Amino acid sequence: MRILKRYIIPRIIQFFVVVFVGITITFIVPRFTPLDPVQMTINRVASYGAQYLDAETLEHLKQTLTDLYGLKGTVFEQYVRFWDRLLHGDFGPSLAMFPTPVMEVISNSIPWTLGLLIMSVLIAWLIGNFIGGIAGYFSEKRWAKVLSVIAATIYPIPYYFMALILIIVFGYLIPVFPIIGGLSIGMQPSFSFGFIIDLIKHAFLPSLSLVIVGIGWWFLSMKALSSTTKSEDYVQYAEAAGIPQSKILFGYVMKNSLLPQVTNLALSLGGVFNGALVTEYFFAYPGIGQTLYMAVTNGDFNLMMGISVFSIFSIASAALVIDLLYPLIDPRVRYR
Amino acid sequence: MSEKRRENPIKAFFVILKDMIKYNKGFAFGFIFLVIALGLTLMSIFSPYNPKSWNVVPKDLPPSFKHPLGTNSVGQDVFWLLTFAIGNSFLLGCVTAIIASIVGTIVGLIAGYKGGIADRILMSLNDTFIVLPSLPILIFLAFSLRENLNMVTMGMILSIFSWPWGGRQIRAMVLSLREREFTYTADSSGMGTFSIVFKEHFPFIIPWIMANFINTILWSIGMEVTLAVFGLSSLETPTIGTMIYWSTQYQALFRGIWWWVLTPVILAILLFVSLFFVSSGITEFLDPRTRLQRIKARG
Repeated sequence: MRILKRYIIPRIIQFFVVVFVGITITFIVPRFTPLDPVQMTINRVASYGAQYLDAETLEHLKQTLTDLYGLKGTVFEQYVRFWDRLLHGDFGPSLAMFPTPVMEVISNSIPWTLGLLIMSVLIAWLIGNFIGGIAGYFSEKRWAKVLSVIAATIYPIPYYFMALILIIVFGYLIPVFPIIGGLSIGMQPSFSFGFIIDLIKHAFLPSLSLVIVGIGWWFLSMKALSSTTKSEDYVQYAEAAGIPQSKILFGYVMKNSLLPQVTNLALSLGGVFNGALVTEYFFAYPGIGQTLYMAVTNGDFNLMMGISVFSIFSIASAALVIDLLYPLIDPRVRYR
Repeated sequence: MSEKRRENPIKAFFVILKDMIKYNKGFAFGFIFLVIALGLTLMSIFSPYNPKSWNVVPKDLPPSFKHPLGTNSVGQDVFWLLTFAIGNSFLLGCVTAIIASIVGTIVGLIAGYKGGIADRILMSLNDTFIVLPSLPILIFLAFSLRENLNMVTMGMILSIFSWPWGGRQIRAMVLSLREREFTYTADSSGMGTFSIVFKEHFPFIIPWIMANFINTILWSIGMEVTLAVFGLSSLETPTIGTMIYWSTQYQALFRGIWWWVLTPVILAILLFVSLFFVSSGITEFLDPRTRLQRIKARG
């Protein structure tokens, strides 16, 4: 029961704090800017040819838009209504694809982002930690040093540049993989072999750019962790006792160094998600990133708001799930 | 320690710098590149062209003696544009890093020294900002402010998401310093809390703030590039991000005007790598064990 009070409940409170602070930021900021979304939309409507609205229609339009943007009443009333709408999953209609609801636009693109993200994060985490753990254990070896120079050179490069480099290399020099879209044009979703191959082929480059940068980061942090663990007394003792090296490496060093990496995984999700958004835009992958780009270019306020809120909620939930699984992996948390 | 501190601090700084360049190749590379980048920025004073005006030189010329990095499709000289771009990107990075360092340091110090409930509240706020997906929110903010975007407002927006890393690290630093022997010695010799913090602890904290400062510049320049991809930067100001934005807008890559795309991309990668090496050089320098190993191994 102590674990519930000391570990699980604080994590759940943290989840609510994250969601609350994040969503409050997205609520406050547009209200501090000099732009008036109602007037902006009216100007847009006017530029589409409806210049000659009479005063009554215009007033009516203004009322409707004020209501639609949730700008009625005092700021506090707006805030309460804002939360009320969010809890009902109502972000209003998308303005660029009127009258499709924002919720529907988002839920169409979510599976793409989710698939790309989960796959890339898992692959990068596994490979980076595996190589990093071994390199940290053999940190005096020459190949370990070469690998860390490579990782240190790759890691600071933003995802965006990695995507650009991959496009130059694979779109220009070695055109093997498609550089655009999530599926071939006219491909229908099915469980056939051809469909799955097509899906993987299209996801290959976007996820590769996420995986390469991710491996760099996991490699560096894991190497640092495992070279510290290596000098712990129990590892020295195991070495002196003549336990096989592979058992020391995987059972003693790796196992203990992996624990902080699980927590780091939860903390790094936000960053990888940012990377996925940019990568998707670059490869025209039909996920949230592409939708967000479309929302920005069309000035679709509701859709941007919806995507922000949705991202906050999903990243916070994913981090919560990882944190709640942590006691299953680390017995020290369970019996503290 | 006290003997050393009486030395001229500027002289001591240069001695350390020389040591680091001598024993840490990564740091040397990064430092030299940053000096070159600074030199390029200073050259922008002598630029024959205004970076904001278009069609001042013939379009799409490949690199030549007259235009060392060629010209682009809107009639600008890529080399001189670059000198402005580096400067502006650095300015943005510094604005972000200054705000982020001040906020992060204050939060870290309060959380570390006060402890208890203040620590818990500040750290959960801190973690909140680390977990939040910053890009959609930043895009949303930049979109709301897009008429008023310049390097200073951009820096202010970006600093919202860049203070927590520093805050976390400084808190950890303070927690360990508090328990050190010399803190107890100073305390029992009657030194006030204020002078313990500023005279005894700050010399340890300052290098960490420096390393963080550089990391924040790196992050901020990268984030500006990302926002620029979405067209949400001060598009008429030349920065690394806007250079890439305009070159992709004009499909420079597929029209074979490689010098327009590759210049900012290569520059940015070199800049990121050197900033990273410099900051990790500082962090490594702080850890005497690795420093001794390096000196033993190479000298």
